[in-house]
Amino acid sequence: MAATKVVVDPITRIEGHLRIEAQAENGRISNAWASSTQFRGIEIIMQGRDPRDAWAFVQRICGVCTVVHAVASCRAVEDALGITIPPNANLIRNLVHGMQFIQDHVIHFYHLHALDWVDVVSALKADPAGTSRLARSISPWPNNSETYFKAVQDRLKKFVSGGQLGIFTNGYWGHPAYKLPPEANLMAVAHYLEALDWQRDVIRLHTIFGGKNPHPNFLVGGMACAINLEDTGTINAERLVDVQAMIRRARDFVEQVYYPDLMAIAGFYKDWAAIGGGTKNFLCVGEFPEAGVNDFGKLYFPRGVILNGDLSTVHEYDHKLVKEYITSSWYEYPGGDDVGLHPYEGETKAKYTGPPAPWEYLQGLDKYTWMKAPRYDGKPMQVGPLGRMLVAYASGHDDAQGIVNEALGRLGVGPAALFSTLGRTAARGLETVLIARRMETWFNSLIERVKSGDTKTFAGEKWEPSTWPASCEGYGYLDAPRGALGHWVQIKDGKISRYQCVVPSTWNCSPRDKQGQMGPYEAALVDNHPLVNPEQPIEILRTIHSFDPCMACGVHVLDAQGNVVTEVKVQ
Amino acid sequence: MSFAAPSWFPATESVEDELARRGVSRREFMEYCSSLCIVLGVGKSEAPRMAAAILADRRPSVIWIQLQECTGCVESVIRTSEPSIGTLVLDQISLDFSHTLMAAAGHAAESAAAAAMAAEKGKYLLVVTGSIPLADDGIYLTIGGRTAKVILEEAAEGAAAIIALGACAHWGSVQAARPNPTGAVGVSEVIKNRPVVNIAGCPPIADVVTATVAHFLTFGRLPAVDGDGRPLFAYGARIHDQCPKRANFDAGQFVEKFDDEGARKGWCLYEVGCKGPATFSPCPIFQWNSHTDWPIGAGHPCIGCTERGFWDTMTPFYGRLPDVGGFGIESKVDILGAALAIGATAGVVAHAAATSVHQMRERKRSLPVVDPTSGGPGTPKA
Repeated sequence: MAATKVVVDPITRIEGHLRIEAQAENGRISNAWASSTQFRGIEIIMQGRDPRDAWAFVQRICGVCTVVHAVASCRAVEDALGITIPPNANLIRNLVHGMQFIQDHVIHFYHLHALDWVDVVSALKADPAGTSRLARSISPWPNNSETYFKAVQDRLKKFVSGGQLGIFTNGYWGHPAYKLPPEANLMAVAHYLEALDWQRDVIRLHTIFGGKNPHPNFLVGGMACAINLEDTGTINAERLVDVQAMIRRARDFVEQVYYPDLMAIAGFYKDWAAIGGGTKNFLCVGEFPEAGVNDFGKLYFPRGVILNGDLSTVHEYDHKLVKEYITSSWYEYPGGDDVGLHPYEGETKAKYTGPPAPWEYLQGLDKYTWMKAPRYDGKPMQVGPLGRMLVAYASGHDDAQGIVNEALGRLGVGPAALFSTLGRTAARGLETVLIARRMETWFNSLIERVKSGDTKTFAGEKWEPSTWPASCEGYGYLDAPRGALGHWVQIKDGKISRYQCVVPSTWNCSPRDKQGQMGPYEAALVDNHPLVNPEQPIEILRTIHSFDPCMACGVHVLDAQGNVVTEVKVQ
Repeated sequence: MSFAAPSWFPATESVEDELARRGVSRREFMEYCSSLCIVLGVGKSEAPRMAAAILADRRPSVIWIQLQECTGCVESVIRTSEPSIGTLVLDQISLDFSHTLMAAAGHAAESAAAAAMAAEKGKYLLVVTGSIPLADDGIYLTIGGRTAKVILEEAAEGAAAIIALGACAHWGSVQAARPNPTGAVGVSEVIKNRPVVNIAGCPPIADVVTATVAHFLTFGRLPAVDGDGRPLFAYGARIHDQCPKRANFDAGQFVEKFDDEGARKGWCLYEVGCKGPATFSPCPIFQWNSHTDWPIGAGHPCIGCTERGFWDTMTPFYGRLPDVGGFGIESKVDILGAALAIGATAGVVAHAAATSVHQMRERKRSLPVVDPTSGGPGTPKA
C-alpha cells in the first residue's frame, strides 16, 4: 500500500500557526514534517531602542507565556548593566512566573490538550451517579455530587440539542482512539468548565504585582510595585492576603483536580507511554533562582543536559555548544546552507523558496519552514517539562524524585515510560504540583523579609543611562513553561545594538538539519506512532499537543530590503 | 448582562421560514435532526425534541480568526468576568470557529468554518485578532497554505460586522512598529466595505470585548466609536482625567524614582514616564481581571497601549511626556489632552455616519425577507 499524504494545518488548540505534514502507511506514520508558517520580525524593531523598554516589546512575542520573555529580557539587560535586583523583587518575579506556569499548564491540560483524550459527546451518556463515585474515589475536591455532575450534563445536553456545536463542531467524537468511559468523560468536561473560572481567579496575582494580565508590567532593576503596609495604593496586607489566598486556591486545584484527573486519564491511555518518544536528548537551563540569579546551585529546577535517555549522567550545560542550522529553513548563510553557526555569530538572511500561496504540500521540498534548527553539540534537544523533570530527577532533586516515583508507581510503569507522548503530558502535571507547593515557600520568604523591615523592590543605582558603560552585553536565561529560553542583548551608547533570543519551540519544532536528523516534533511522530484514519488525525494532535507548541516564533529579522539584520526565534 | 439575540438575528425570521427560503423541506430538516441525534449518541427518538430546540432558540454565530499575533487577546478574553467565558461560549453565542479552542484541526476545522460562514452568511459576527502581513505577497503568514489577507477577505465577505480585537488587528501593533518588516497592517486597512470596530489595547480588557459583543447582539449594531473606530463607552475618556492619582498630579506629588518615598505613598507616575495624559482607555474605570487593579494602580506608568502607533509614539516608555517620540516639545499635558479629545469627538460623528450606512446596506443585503411591520430590526426578542 502506498503511503498516504497527510496535512494538518491549522493545528488548532495551540499558540500560533503550525502545519504538520506526514505520510501514513498501514495505520502508522512513516514520515513527518513540522512547518512554522508565521514570521513576525520583532527584532529589528528592537534596534536603537532604550534597553529599559525591551521587556515590553519582547513580551509581545507571546501572550500565552506572557511572563517569560519579559523576565528573560530584564535579566539580560540587568546582566549587561551589572544590576543586582533586590531579593524581594526576585521573590515577586518567582511568584509571578510560578503562577504563570501553574495557570498555563492547567489551561493547556483542560482547554488545549484534553479534547484529544476526552470525548465530549460520550459524556452525554454518562451516569452522573457513576461520575460522582469516580470523582470521590480519586479526590476530596468538593464539587463531586451526583447533582453537580447531572447539572453539568444537562447544560451540555441543552448545548448540543440546539444543533449548534460551536467549538465542538467536526470533532473526532466516537473515534476508537477515545478510551475513557462516559463517566470519566463527564468528570473531565465538568473540570474543563471549572478550570475556566479558576484560571481567571488565580491569575489575578499578576494584576496585583504587575497591574494586569495578559502582559503584566515588569521593570529593569526590580519590580514597579512598591511595598508599604501603611498605604492604600501599594502592596499592603490586604493585597498580600489576596495573594496568599490565590496561592492556596491554585495549589488546591492542582492537587485535587488537575493531578488526580491526569492520573485517572493516563491510566486509560498507558499504551501512549510507548508512543511518540522521539528525541531522547534533553536540555534545561534551570529556573526559579532562590538566591542570586546567577547562583546556579540554588535554582529550584536545576540546569543540565541528558543525552540518549541516559539518566545516570547529567551533563553541564555550555551555551557555546549551541549552533543553528538552516538546511531545511527559508534562509541562506553566506558560508553555505549546511554550516552551523553559534548565536553570537548568527547570520540570517531570509530566502523564501516555498511555493506561492495557495499551496497543497510542502513535503518533498528541501526547505519547508520559517524555523531554524538549533542543535547542541550537533544533537537535536527536547526542551520543556519532561526535560526539566528528567534533569531534576537524574540530579537527585528530592521533590522531583518523590513525585515522579509516586506517579510511576500509581500507573504501574517504569521510568522508560517517561520517554513518550504520555510522559511529556504527565511531566507537565508533575512539575505543576511541585511549583504549586513551592509558591508558599517564596511567599513566606517575602513576608519574612517585609516583617524584618526590608521593603525594597527596585535597585535604581544604574537606572540612568549616564551610569552605563559605552558598550556592554548580557545574557538572560529562563526555563519557561515550554522549555529552555535565552535572551542576549548588546548595548551601545545607551541603545540596543543587537538583540537575540533562542526559544523553546524553536528547539522542539526544529526541522531536519544537514545530517537529516529530525527535530523533536518530527522524531516523535515517527516513533512507533499510529494514525488510524488520516481524515481524523487525532493521534497526531495528541503527540503535537503533548509538546504544548507556542509558535509565535521563528521570527528572524529582516530590514525593509529583505536583508536580515539580526534575529530572534521566539517561543 | 443579557445576551438576548436581536430581532433581526436569525430568530426574527423563524428557522422554518429561513429553511423554506433556502429550499429545505420540513422532511429534510427532520432527517438532518435524526442524523445529528445519531452523531451525538442520543438516539433518533430525540429528533423531534432536537428539531424543536433548533427552531426555538439559535445562538448568534461568532467566527473568530487569528492572524499575525501573540494570542494574548484570546488569553485576555478567556479572563472575562461577566459573563464568564464558559457562559458566553456554551449559553450565549455559538463560537463556530476558534483556532485556540476548537476541537477539530486541519481540514475538519476549516470545513467547520466554511460551513458556518455559508449557513450564517450576512449574519455572523467576525472577530479578528492579529495583523495582516502584506509584504512579499503575504508569505509571512499562511494557514492551510493560504495567506492571511485571503483568509480575512473571505471571512469578512459574509460578516454582519467585524470586531478588530486588540492592537494588532487595530493597526498592526508590535510587528508594525518601525520599520514594520513584514508590512503588517490592521483589519480596516484591508476590509473597507464592512463595519469594523476597533477594540484597542495590547491586549484589551476582556470586559470591553464582551461588552462590545453584548452591544452588538442586544442592540443589533456596533457601538458608537471615536475617530479611530474605538467604542466611546470604553475609550471616550482620557486616563489622566479619570485617574485616582490625579489629585497627586494636581498637588505636585510625584514619584521621582521607582520605589522612592513617593512610590511608597502611591503618588502620580507622570515623572517616571506615565502616558496617561495622552491615552484614551477604560483602564481606570473597568480595571483589570475582575476589577483587581490596573497598571498605574500597581505602580507602573501607563505605556499608552490603546493608542495607534504607541510603540513608536510613546517610547521611550520611561521618558516623561512630552519628551517622547510622538509629541512636540512645546506640548503640555493639558494642551495635549485637549487636542486629542477634540480630535476624538470630531471623528465620532464621521465614523458613526459611515457605520450606519454600512449597517443599512448590510440589512438590505442580508435580510431581504424581514417584514418590518412584524418584528423588524429593533424589536426585542421575547
